[in-house]
Amino acid sequence: MLEPAGENTAGQPSVPRSSFEGRRSFLGALLGLGSCFVGALLSVPLIRFALFPLLRRTTELKNSPLGDLDAFSSLTEPVLRTIQIEQVDGWRKAVSEKAVYVTKDGQGHPLVLSSICPHLGCTVPWSKEKNQFTCPCHGATFAADGTRISGPSLRGMDSLETSVENGQLLVRFQYFRQLVSDKEVIG
Amino acid sequence: MHSTNKNDGGNPPRAESGLWAWLNRRTGLDDLLRTALDEPIPGGARLAYIFGSGLLFIFLSQVITGIFLALYYVPSADHAHTTVAYITKAVTAGSFLRSLHGYGASAMVVVLFLHLSQTYIYGSYKGSRELLWLSGCALFGLVLAMAFTGYLLPWDQRAYFATAVGTNAVSEVPWIGESMKRLMRGGTEMGTLTISRFFVAHVFFIPACIFALVASHVFLFRKAGASGPFNEDPYHPKQKPEPFYPRQVLMDLSLTALLIVGLGLLCFFVPLQLGPPANPADAQYIPRPEWYYLPIFQWLKYWHGSAAIVGVLVIPALVAIAVVALPFLDRGVERRPWKRPAAMGAYAFVVFTLVGLGLRSQYLDRHDPGVAQQLTKQKTDEDEYARKPFEPELSSASLAAENVTLADPLAAKGKTIFETQSCNACHGDGGVGTAAAPPLVGIRTKLSADQVAELFKHPTSKMSAGGMSPVDLPPDDLKALIAYVESLQ
Repeated sequence: MLEPAGENTAGQPSVPRSSFEGRRSFLGALLGLGSCFVGALLSVPLIRFALFPLLRRTTELKNSPLGDLDAFSSLTEPVLRTIQIEQVDGWRKAVSEKAVYVTKDGQGHPLVLSSICPHLGCTVPWSKEKNQFTCPCHGATFAADGTRISGPSLRGMDSLETSVENGQLLVRFQYFRQLVSDKEVIG
Repeated sequence: MHSTNKNDGGNPPRAESGLWAWLNRRTGLDDLLRTALDEPIPGGARLAYIFGSGLLFIFLSQVITGIFLALYYVPSADHAHTTVAYITKAVTAGSFLRSLHGYGASAMVVVLFLHLSQTYIYGSYKGSRELLWLSGCALFGLVLAMAFTGYLLPWDQRAYFATAVGTNAVSEVPWIGESMKRLMRGGTEMGTLTISRFFVAHVFFIPACIFALVASHVFLFRKAGASGPFNEDPYHPKQKPEPFYPRQVLMDLSLTALLIVGLGLLCFFVPLQLGPPANPADAQYIPRPEWYYLPIFQWLKYWHGSAAIVGVLVIPALVAIAVVALPFLDRGVERRPWKRPAAMGAYAFVVFTLVGLGLRSQYLDRHDPGVAQQLTKQKTDEDEYARKPFEPELSSASLAAENVTLADPLAAKGKTIFETQSCNACHGDGGVGTAAAPPLVGIRTKLSADQVAELFKHPTSKMSAGGMSPVDLPPDDLKALIAYVESLQ
């Protein structure tokens, strides 16, 4: 393929090289530009295809039902509820269970707390005897409405977004950054 | 400028400045370009010669789209269909790229047929071009093998059953057929090993062969030289040559442009469909191959029992040998088609037979009420599946977690305790382990329930050092927690 055109073994007459110059190089530039343009155009779907995971949320959390709103109206202490959260990871989804507490805020409205300690992420159990949440890992304590009482945590327990649909209490589970004094969503 | 890197006369290379000149001195790029573009075409540029570079373009497009599809595709019976559905239904431009790859395969078969026909009708295989023809034949086989192996990969009903039939046909080859079928399938049945094999063939093995053969095909082509029009001498061309560039390049590019526009419009407006996932238990499904395999499919229907050896082996082998040996059998220098009635007759016969078989297959399908009805149903199922939104696959880990909850109420209670007591903070959800603590999965095989209970009350010094405190729970809860830990596997 790389042999000079003039020495072709098949014996074709050679093409004079001087014919390459001039008009042909202008056409060459035009073709080069055109090819670049078409190539750029064709690469648009390829780039969009490859960038898809960056432009769209790959992890999506849906609202999880907790039960009838009425059932929580007569709460005297926080109750533990296990919710199923569905996390979509590309073409697959993982269903995992998370524990949350349903309790009441100062005005008596239902309040849902994440059971994850804002200190270092342990699950905080409710202690009936002490009437407070006590983290088993480092001893942070919280009141029934999640406000911080004592211990190493820099903030109270994290409340979760709730909504009511057809009399059902729904909660949107989220993770929050630990070891900071302000609630900050991380996923 | 093209002679700057030649040092034959003992003169030092002319010192030109600039990046291009430097690159050129180091690589000889300029000479390479000239050699490529100044290829002499006896008798001048013609539209008849455009198919070779058209094929090269589609091959390139197949390579690029194929690489991108592999960003999301997983070759396993569990995930293949889900990932292709994800590409088609969820990923931006996914349906377009997959269509480009799928229709590109069909376009490649069409352009390959045109390229082969042009070579045959123009007698371009004559005149020291035996190896060029042979490499072309090998490429033809490899392209068909690419189409066959790629067809299975989406693992939908259509793909599964077409490949089941295709691999079954192989088993009709006497003596070694059954072994060949098992080799292709990776076992007696179609399964996840079949996908692995087809994937490796489609993505690594066959493309590597195609790259090597395309290189030798182009090399042999340049070595023998373009053959020119059919009134040209195949050995010693006499007609006035015209360089490949610019007119032939422009003609070749016009086919490329046509392919881009044609495939682009087709993929945009009529995207390639994906059917429901393969269901090997579906006894009703009527398999049909892709259109370019229909003639072979119909042909195989006529040969059964003891005659099968003739239809499956003898006749195809004779045709293949005749095609491959063509430049050795047909040594004459005559290239004008009307002076080669036998060659043209054979060509017409083969083409009419193939088209006839393909049409016959379609005709039979349409006129058998049972078959036509089932094929319509299959099409409806495909359309229906195509309209459904993408449904992600449930990961096996979450399935296992759910099973525990369902299986044993005591273990289910233990699971809640495991989570409320923050065991999962260190041992991970489902006891899979984290950097802070070892996994508990499979602990049943190492420790009995009593041993676990003992460790809960009195952790070893190593456990205490890692942050494990004694478990202080009411007896019932402790029992449940032990039941859960022992259930992890």
